[in-house]
Amino acid sequence: MHELSITRSIVAIVTERAGAQKVRRVTLQIGQLSAVLPEAIRFCFDVCCEGTALAGAELRIDQVPGRGRCRECATEFDLPTLVSPCPACGARGPDCVAGEELLIREMELEVA
Amino acid sequence: MCGHCGCSDGNPVTITTLGPMPAKAADQAGHQHAHGHADHRHDHGHELQDQGHGHDHPHRHVAGDAVSIELGQAILAKNDRLADANRRWFAERGILALNLVSSPGAGKTSLLERTIRDVGQSVPIAVIEGDQATLHDAERISATGCRTVQINTGAGCHLDAHMIAHALPALAPEPGSVVMIENVGNLVCPSLFDLGEAAKVAVLSVTEGEDKPIKYPHMIRAASLLLLNKIDLLPHLRFDLARCLDYARQVNPALEILQVSATSGEGLAAWYDWLRRTASAAGAPERAAK
Repeated sequence: MHELSITRSIVAIVTERAGAQKVRRVTLQIGQLSAVLPEAIRFCFDVCCEGTALAGAELRIDQVPGRGRCRECATEFDLPTLVSPCPACGARGPDCVAGEELLIREMELEVA
Repeated sequence: MCGHCGCSDGNPVTITTLGPMPAKAADQAGHQHAHGHADHRHDHGHELQDQGHGHDHPHRHVAGDAVSIELGQAILAKNDRLADANRRWFAERGILALNLVSSPGAGKTSLLERTIRDVGQSVPIAVIEGDQATLHDAERISATGCRTVQINTGAGCHLDAHMIAHALPALAPEPGSVVMIENVGNLVCPSLFDLGEAAKVAVLSVTEGEDKPIKYPHMIRAASLLLLNKIDLLPHLRFDLARCLDYARQVNPALEILQVSATSGEGLAAWYDWLRRTASAAGAPERAAK
């Protein structure tokens, strides 16, 4: 359940950046190949936010689909899982060009 | 968590030291520790200032309005920064750090015990053990005469770079040695948390399913070496070895795979060769066995 420590990191980063201001919304970007489950982050979020500037904040999660680039023929293709081979030449183990994101994209603060 | 670096956050992580420790190393340990953490805090402050700089808009909002601030910040940035500091710490001392990852029960501790007994004289090894609870693994490892630090993560399912930064001064590994970090038995979470290691070594045992590499592809992808353990049991199992190797290479074509048994000793010579080669590339001079 690494989502708990990841959610704690999110709350810690946003709390530091928000200073004394109240946070209304946090927007995350989570890649589908990042090994982080958005549902589990949601599950942890409210509890981790309690008693912080984020209490009651809305959580938005933008999911980024996986994209791979073949190491042999450089074809780019959708990569739903890390084990998908290149559709053009069949080579395995592509580079992952998208889908591993784990970012706090934006926060919305309430002006005091 | 720590009295002299100001990072105490009520985290129920404990660090326990076992095994022999030279008095001199204990003296130096405090210095290294304080230094390392001063660096961490310094980096941290700068990063916040730098990132805040770009968003210094004139404020014309009235109370109750909302203002959006773009952050674009990696959630694991802090761990990655601490991992980089650990990596520098190892590099400055010519130490090879390996992050051993597997499911619970794949045989990481048995492999370490055997490795220390077989090559510990020529390749000095110190061990950081990670488990949710108990000192059992650290006690097993320190029984080999090896310097050992146990990290108990409490509810935590993985080690992170911060825990390692705390464990290193207590471990005080010799320059030019190998630090084996035995992660919490878990094939999911540890793949996300860089500890500052030179390589992840995944241990998979043939008593697990042959499809483990594609069931847990993140870890296999993150690993440089796969040790397929307990091969002495193959005659008694319906384990499709060829399929397992194929699955592992589907996920990570560059993966080195060695078949070993920590019990019978089969295949271990190749693992020791890998260890010596990799340690010497990290700057560790090989010593003549005493």
